[in-house]
Amino acid sequence: MSDLTTDPYRTSLRTAADWGLVAIALPTLAALALPVGVRNGAVLGWFGGTMAPLFLIGVVLAVVAGASAPKRVWGAWAELAGVALAWLLPLHLLNEGLDLSAGWGLWLFLAAATLLLWRVMGVLAGVPGWTRSVIVPGLFGLGLLVGWEVLVRGFQVPAILLPPPSRIAAALAANAPVLWDDFRQTVLTSVLRGYVMGCGAGFLVAILADRVPFLARGLLPLGNLASAIPVVGIAPIMVMWFGFDWQSKAAVIVVMTFFPMLINTLAGLGNSERIQLDLMRSYAAGYGSTLVKLRLPNALPFLFNGLKINSTLALIGAIVAEFFGTPVVGMGFRISTEVARMNLDIVWATIAVAALTGSGLYGALALLERVTTAWHPSMRGR
Amino acid sequence: MTKRALPVTVMTLLLLAAWYIGAAWLNWPQAAETLARASKPAGFADVLAQAYTMKRPILPTPDQVVVELWNSLTGYAPSSPRNLLFHAWVTAEAALTGLAMGLGLGILLAAGIVYTRTLEASLLPWVIASQTIPILAIAPMIVVILGNIGLTGLLPKAVICMYLCFFPITVGMVKGLRSADPLWLDLMRTYSASGMRAFWSLRLPASMPFLFASLKVSVAISVVGAIVGELPTGGQAGLGARLLSGSYYGQTVQIWAALIMASLLSVALIAVVRGLELVLLGRAGAR
Repeated sequence: MSDLTTDPYRTSLRTAADWGLVAIALPTLAALALPVGVRNGAVLGWFGGTMAPLFLIGVVLAVVAGASAPKRVWGAWAELAGVALAWLLPLHLLNEGLDLSAGWGLWLFLAAATLLLWRVMGVLAGVPGWTRSVIVPGLFGLGLLVGWEVLVRGFQVPAILLPPPSRIAAALAANAPVLWDDFRQTVLTSVLRGYVMGCGAGFLVAILADRVPFLARGLLPLGNLASAIPVVGIAPIMVMWFGFDWQSKAAVIVVMTFFPMLINTLAGLGNSERIQLDLMRSYAAGYGSTLVKLRLPNALPFLFNGLKINSTLALIGAIVAEFFGTPVVGMGFRISTEVARMNLDIVWATIAVAALTGSGLYGALALLERVTTAWHPSMRGR
Repeated sequence: MTKRALPVTVMTLLLLAAWYIGAAWLNWPQAAETLARASKPAGFADVLAQAYTMKRPILPTPDQVVVELWNSLTGYAPSSPRNLLFHAWVTAEAALTGLAMGLGLGILLAAGIVYTRTLEASLLPWVIASQTIPILAIAPMIVVILGNIGLTGLLPKAVICMYLCFFPITVGMVKGLRSADPLWLDLMRTYSASGMRAFWSLRLPASMPFLFASLKVSVAISVVGAIVGELPTGGQAGLGARLLSGSYYGQTVQIWAALIMASLLSVALIAVVRGLELVLLGRAGAR
């Protein structure tokens, strides 16, 4: 009883949790009566000669340990182990050669396991710090990946529609040299050069427009208009002008990235406060030193915003431009040719590379932003 | 307004001048060659005139593009595939369907994120990560895959548009649904209003300005998505197909006309959203 009064937070969670557990346990009990799969035409139940009972016992032990743990968070970790064990079961059954598409007991069991995962994430989302910001989204992503693998393999979805992640990973490993060449052509050659040129040009013109307000007033409405028009449509024209190699891709990227960078830089340069500018003037600082020492540092969050938007735009521009013509290498070329040959696992592997590249670029920029603008109010209190 | 009109006019004129100079410069060699082959006089004015009137120029002049656009709009019935309005409508149909789907998904996700802490912690990072993936670049593959399971025509393009649209809407709506005044939320509680009631009567109206700001962004990228989604269908209908066939046959004037039409389309759609915003928010007393 003293336990209840000292920790009211825990007790309220406990009462809520018990109902949750009942809701999870009931479908699990129902699942025990249903088959888990079919082997050689024979319907197998839970105790049909596989190791399924062992998994079941493990999950039950984990849940019992979780429910009786002295702290809710420890319990969540124990339950997480149970969830992991539950989702490993279909992989084991697939290795045993079972056909899972009619194993409704198994699917019901997995649905219950997903509910359990939801509960675990609910608890972990209440823990501030790394657990909340990294582990919970990580679990969500991992859950999606495992669910994709199990559902696709369990229901035998044709690979032409959606290959399981394991096959994509295998294709990634098997075609690593080809994919590396594509990566080098598209990202290291076209994207980086176009990105640097486009962002650099946008930045320099913004500085110029800052000096000459007439230019800024003329360019800003045009920039807003440019954000409305489908710039990517100039890809065929650029391929016609600059040929099949990286120059045409870089040209598309320059046009796509120029205006976002221009607009963001101009917005950032206007972000210094009157009082700071007055202070600089009282120091007899000229335009140049005010720009370098006050206004550009103040504009950094806006600059990074533009750079982040452009990192995705640049990848898109390069890949789409490669659809219109390219030397026989490059991510856009790979996607369009392998789609035509129905080698979808290579296509998915290329997409995985593109996704990782996009997230990597974004992450690197976000990290750089953290390092360089740690002093800025938008970064405080995190 | 007048303060901006002059600079914008000057910049536009400069742009047009640069366009004409660029057209002359890029088309010069080809124009000179044509004249030489026909053994006609090739003075400066002759070559310039030739460079501005070529049938397949490297860079068409603005007047050529406008004439092509005008001919296509007025020369054929709006239902004819030679009329750009027909193609613009095909693209707009996909873009708007995708926008509607993205709107539904975005609002649903935002409501989930605002009301459920678990979703906020687990889903929001992935919503952001989903946009660092160059989805537009893999759009053609989505069209092909959906084609494999028998989904052709409008829907695959709309799915791409939906994927592009839902992000600004989700982010805007999360902000918007949270923008309801806490005092009013407390007031709702003193009325013992249900969560549903508070959502419909307070949170949703409060989020409308955010929704429209997001919609303007979404509508523009939705058009881009529809155009890119039309690329792999290989010249059937739509502005993207028009771009592709123009690029196959070297019809540069056609490409530019399609590009201008696409820009007009998205500007028009944004204007419609802005008009809706004025009417709806005006009714709600926001202005």
